[in-house]
Amino acid sequence: MSRLQVVSGKGGTGKTTVAAALALALATEGKRTLLVEVEGRQGIAQLFETEALPYEERKIAVAPGGGEVYALAIDPELALLDYLQMFYKMGSAGRALKKLGAIDFATTVAPGLRDVLLTGKACEAVRRKDKSGRFVYDYVVMDAPPTGRVTRFLNVNDEVAGLAKIGPIHNQAQAVMRVLKSSETAVHLVTLLEEMPVQETADGIAELHAARLPVGRVIVNMVQPQVLDDAELELVRGTPRAAIAQSLSAAGLGGARRGGHAERLVDPLLRQADEYAERYTLEHEQRAVLGELGLPLHELPLLTEGMDLAGLYELATELREQGMT
Amino acid sequence: MSPEADRSHTQAHHHLSPARGLDVDPLLDDPKTRIIVCCGSGGVGKTTTAAALGLRAAERGRKVVVLTIDPARRLAQSMGIDSLDNTPRRVKGVEGDGELHAMMLDMKRTFDEIVEAHADPERAAAILGNPFYQSLSAGFAGTQEYMAMEKLGQLRAKDEWDLIVVDTPPSRSALDFLDAPKRLGSFLDGKLIRVLLAPAKVGGRAGMKFLNVGMSMMTGALGKLLGGQLLKDVQTFVAAMDSMFGGFRTRADATYKLLQAPGTAFLVVAAPERDALREAAYFVERLAAEDMPLAGLVLNRVHGSAADRLSAERALAAAENLEEFRIVDQEGGKAGLRNSPDTYGSSESPSSETASTTAPEPVPEHASEAAEEGSPAAMDTAPSDQGAHSTDQLTAGLLRLHADRMQLLSREQRTRDRFTALHPEVAVAEVAALPGDVHDLAGLRDIGKRLAAGRPELPNSGA
Repeated sequence: MSRLQVVSGKGGTGKTTVAAALALALATEGKRTLLVEVEGRQGIAQLFETEALPYEERKIAVAPGGGEVYALAIDPELALLDYLQMFYKMGSAGRALKKLGAIDFATTVAPGLRDVLLTGKACEAVRRKDKSGRFVYDYVVMDAPPTGRVTRFLNVNDEVAGLAKIGPIHNQAQAVMRVLKSSETAVHLVTLLEEMPVQETADGIAELHAARLPVGRVIVNMVQPQVLDDAELELVRGTPRAAIAQSLSAAGLGGARRGGHAERLVDPLLRQADEYAERYTLEHEQRAVLGELGLPLHELPLLTEGMDLAGLYELATELREQGMT
Repeated sequence: MSPEADRSHTQAHHHLSPARGLDVDPLLDDPKTRIIVCCGSGGVGKTTTAAALGLRAAERGRKVVVLTIDPARRLAQSMGIDSLDNTPRRVKGVEGDGELHAMMLDMKRTFDEIVEAHADPERAAAILGNPFYQSLSAGFAGTQEYMAMEKLGQLRAKDEWDLIVVDTPPSRSALDFLDAPKRLGSFLDGKLIRVLLAPAKVGGRAGMKFLNVGMSMMTGALGKLLGGQLLKDVQTFVAAMDSMFGGFRTRADATYKLLQAPGTAFLVVAAPERDALREAAYFVERLAAEDMPLAGLVLNRVHGSAADRLSAERALAAAENLEEFRIVDQEGGKAGLRNSPDTYGSSESPSSETASTTAPEPVPEHASEAAEEGSPAAMDTAPSDQGAHSTDQLTAGLLRLHADRMQLLSREQRTRDRFTALHPEVAVAEVAALPGDVHDLAGLRDIGKRLAAGRPELPNSGA
């Protein structure tokens, strides 16, 4: 099991939710995980229903069995100042650089530097050991940028290492890349059973492979329950409306004769069944496309009550039961 | 439950009045509308919305160009813009007198073109060959946003189209494209640039001497951080770009002003999900703070139901009711005994005793208005190979589907109401969810129609 778990996915697929559920799932049985956010959206804080996270590792949840989830929202600017202080004792110079706009430049405009800082911080957490020589975190889970940008994000160290051919940034980038390209890391992609996210997942996997980054699993999120199967949908099509009206009436939903309450429900219900059938077919096709990717596939259910803390624990349990941990 | 209970439910479901409706057509038709910017978080259908608006405007007679950033492959193909050549192409198959052109942004090319247009050939070659520039133009955090705005400025300046519809990049946050040009601008104007240029301008004004000492110390620090070679690349780049900076700044400012101008309309695009609407709310607030004109919110993928008088709870209760009939019937069949399921309110079905090899069909007749002459005929035409599936079981399935739909509906409604409570001033157009993705003009036309209707029009519900 890789110790750095990177979670990406197309916008709107719920990658932050899946990353958080995975961090919870990995923390069970007394383990300690760190959930890292790199995009400054404070999605983790919202998910765990707490105030905005500072740039500091803090305990955010307790997992079943006594495990702990810590969370960290990485601020690239503070990470850079940190880094300057840690490696160069450049505290005051760092402040001067900040005044000058150099820190802002390095973290927002300069190509790749921002990403080196973000991935660098995550890798540092992966490698960090306590005094007794044990890893401080059993797992680090990263809520990464979306699929379209994740390869560039993770591979940026390569790019920067090429750009800065010598010097401290070069060395830092090389060190980070060694972790990211090893079996220490697994990159998971979250998708929905819809055409565009599935296409993006397939493209993302190809890009990750091309960059020789380790691809982990595909997690299909928000899977809607199967209410009617193929055979039943076929039968629905062959069932006379009057019979359905009778049935609805028997269930206490009003009259079955023309214009009766039950009879007036038949058309809308059948139309919803058609829409369901159409979606069901599309989902079936997309599932087949995902199957061809040759990666372990997990499915998480759509939570009908919307996403809340209880739902997060439910998804974590689901991930454990499906052997993702 | 009685029909009266049914009616009271209906009222309960409609107490939430929708927000102010957004009229898309007047916006598209108004010749004073010159730019429409579609923004919102990732995965909400921004690109599709932009394309659908462009098509609708064109088919209503306007000469439109749609600038897309990262369209799905099949959508791009359907518009004939799947090749990256950074110039608008006319879209075929548009009905009416108008014209639709579309293009996909190539950020590196856009950046290269600016360099080529503003520097003499020798200097341009030096910039284009600089490793720092190559990395910057291919994808630093804000290049895409900056170049999208740059391209918008170019298209507007050409004055070839009377309406430009812009899609915004899939950013970290939907607000990035407003900030990136400013950020680049402030960097290019900033002190840092002067520090970086310092070694190249040794012995400037006498009064700068003291400052220069500090600066060389800074350059030393930067060198330590970046490594000497990268710093040199950056310095060479900055020196070569020096003459262009003024231009960049001016253009960034001009584009920003263009976004505030009366001919511009922002549409915030969202889906009825918590995160997307939260991002939309931020955006609405930010646009107001920047004096940028918001036309309204486009809410994509909204679900509706033509049977919304039947609540999820009642549908589920009815489904359970029907499934109980079935269990009794099955048990009865297996045991070879007919226990009359009177306790469940259903009278004995006369046909089930004789037709026990096919599915037992309880024909309930308890409801006063249920019995009618049509039912025996209906039973005759029912397929005989239903096996274990009785009509009741299928109907229960239909009711469960409906319950799921109603739960989804109320969740969407709650999310939307939260937004509306926060921003009652924002006009909203709702677009009904489609089962599949859109990848042809007909699909875009359909979306456009739904957008203009402004309410989640139910498919096939008729006029």
